[in-house]
Amino acid sequence: MSQDLPRLKEPYSTRGQQREADMLGVYLFLASEIMLFGGLFAVIFVAHYLHPEEFIAASKKMHVAIGAANTMILLTSSALVAIAVKAARSGHARPVSLCLALSALLGVAFLGLKAYEYWSEYQEGLLPLPGLHTDFASPGEHLFMNIYLVATSLHALHLTIGIAVLGLFAWLVHSRRVKLPAGATATETAATYWHLVDIIWIFLFPVLYLAR
Amino acid sequence: MTANPPSDPNAGHTIRSWLLTTDHKRIAVLYLVSVTFFFLIGGAAAGLVRADLLTPEGDLLTNEGYNRAFTLHGVIMVWFFLIPSIPNVFGNFLIPLMIGARDLAFPRLNLLSWYVYVLGGLFTLIVLLVGGVDTGWTFYTPLSSMFSNGHVVLVAAAVFIVGFSSILTGLNFIVTIHKLRAPGMGWGRMPLFVWSHYATSIILVLATPVLSITLVLIAAERLFGLGIFDPASGGDPLLFQHLFWFYSHPAVYIMVLPALGVISELVAAAARKPVFGYSFVAGSSIAIAIIGFFVWGHHMFVSGQSMYASAVFSFLSLAVAVPSGIKVYNWTATLYKGNILLDPPFLFAMSFIGLFVVGGLTGIALAMLSIDVHVHDTYFVVAHFHYIMVGGTISAYFGALHFWWPKMFGRMYPLTWGRITAATIFFGFNLTFFPQFILGFLGMPRRYHVYAPEFQTLHVLSSAGSTLLGFAYLLPFVYLGYSLVAGKRASANPWGARGLEWTVPSPPPKHNFVEIPTVTGRPYDYPIDKEDSR
Repeated sequence: MSQDLPRLKEPYSTRGQQREADMLGVYLFLASEIMLFGGLFAVIFVAHYLHPEEFIAASKKMHVAIGAANTMILLTSSALVAIAVKAARSGHARPVSLCLALSALLGVAFLGLKAYEYWSEYQEGLLPLPGLHTDFASPGEHLFMNIYLVATSLHALHLTIGIAVLGLFAWLVHSRRVKLPAGATATETAATYWHLVDIIWIFLFPVLYLAR
Repeated sequence: MTANPPSDPNAGHTIRSWLLTTDHKRIAVLYLVSVTFFFLIGGAAAGLVRADLLTPEGDLLTNEGYNRAFTLHGVIMVWFFLIPSIPNVFGNFLIPLMIGARDLAFPRLNLLSWYVYVLGGLFTLIVLLVGGVDTGWTFYTPLSSMFSNGHVVLVAAAVFIVGFSSILTGLNFIVTIHKLRAPGMGWGRMPLFVWSHYATSIILVLATPVLSITLVLIAAERLFGLGIFDPASGGDPLLFQHLFWFYSHPAVYIMVLPALGVISELVAAAARKPVFGYSFVAGSSIAIAIIGFFVWGHHMFVSGQSMYASAVFSFLSLAVAVPSGIKVYNWTATLYKGNILLDPPFLFAMSFIGLFVVGGLTGIALAMLSIDVHVHDTYFVVAHFHYIMVGGTISAYFGALHFWWPKMFGRMYPLTWGRITAATIFFGFNLTFFPQFILGFLGMPRRYHVYAPEFQTLHVLSSAGSTLLGFAYLLPFVYLGYSLVAGKRASANPWGARGLEWTVPSPPPKHNFVEIPTVTGRPYDYPIDKEDSR
């Protein structure tokens, strides 16, 4: 039985206290992540306010289909992660590692599609990389693509970390290095981070792709 | 209570035991050493600036050299001393002791935050060695993004890294205060020091990431010509100021809120009375933290932002004076008819209140739109924020150092020397910065190193004051260092103070409490009539 319970670490007196502290820590960390992207959203809104027409024109050049497909992929992965947490709490290791691994794979698929999207934008002369000749109708459109690049690449960076974390947990649970349900809180921590990455995309998608 | 057996890295006195420690008290000492190091570097840069200002022609430094000196002074003092000083040294050491916990909630994260701080510090030292940066600590665009010859990206990286350290510390404090209070210690029984650190931590967690993204954007702007802050590319340079001050005004409260918490403890211990209006003093910390998020626009009155926005920011800035005033009045009421001992911690607390009131009142003057337009970017502003951020925070920092030194190291220091230091710092500080109010009011702009000859007398006074101040800052190295070697052993409670940290031996054992205490009464239950002899 004692193997089912998480190890009680310093400085906690009870496992309940330790679990609550762990989850509060994760939520606070995610709150600070939201503020990080909050600054970026503020930038997007100000730039949109300054150049409404140019932003609409630029937004129309986005690959909405790819963006929408990526949204579906992330939502599916989030559902799988939620199932994994349920399963982890009841101590079933197989579905946990399966769901987490699938989510990580979906994350990789997201990055693949994103890379393809960047590539097509590069071909169409939409990607304002330094030293690259681009042909924008106005500085506003150029600015939109710059912001798009910063926001999506920062999101992709967070997603990459998320994939690594989910993949690691899938392996840890599969190889019984993390035992369930003792490791349920740790699994939930990883899952909550994935949900955050998902939520940020849910906001980035309409603001960048559907701003028309 | 099933505490694990002590883990090996915390034991003994080897270098390894210090560098791998997860004990909050040892990490506090690591921070004490590192912030002291940066305080000396930042102070040296200040000395250079004041020496250059002795003559109207600024003979000592070139224009460029002067800009780099005051920028490094600002960057190092703000991000590597003022922000981390009280929370990371005394917060780390005291919060678990004060709430009856064995450690912070995430001990390894705490150690990580120190390493992150050191990494950021190394970046800053590299910048210092390769020639510095000339933008001022605010990195305003377009100077920082387009024209600066300094190492803006490196400094931005340093500040980004040290911000991460702040977030980790704030997160750790909030979770600790929520989840690890001893049985019986409700929110209404927490020491005010803990309350003020709780308020500070909220700002650390929620405001620092906005600075992080701003620094990422400024680095991208400089490296790739992003254009977000460049009007030629459709961007807006004012946007930078909004984002920067959204963090950096609350950052002023990150510096001063922990100081306010320290003073509440010092005043109660010196007067031997419960803090007057405990719940108001506690609540005013939270109020300052919340209102602090809505006043950033008062840095931008003359930037060309809308007049209506300025009026609203002016009003909100005045509102911060209310909770700040509550604290000062309540300390005064606490001292009234108190049985006061003129110990060094109390003298530092008095010094704090004096400087904080001057800084606060001139802050009200600056929050007024009409006055701010007149004295904007003059030495009046320089004097104001030094009174609040430096006078306030450093008085409290030294007060805390003199109050909890016996607890931290188990040794007493010669009290007379502490009293002399407190008095010299107060006198030196006023001599340095009061003339700057006059300079500013007469129209001397900040950041200039060549000035009209009629300002020289006041500048010389100020530089003389800074010499005295620098001397006074160095004094504690002598007698506190002496106390470590030859000071007499401190008892568990040398000041006759109340609070859980005084119930454990000095210095506290590794796990703080043999058994987690149960709290049964309100904080500051000082005997009012009885003389409590030490």
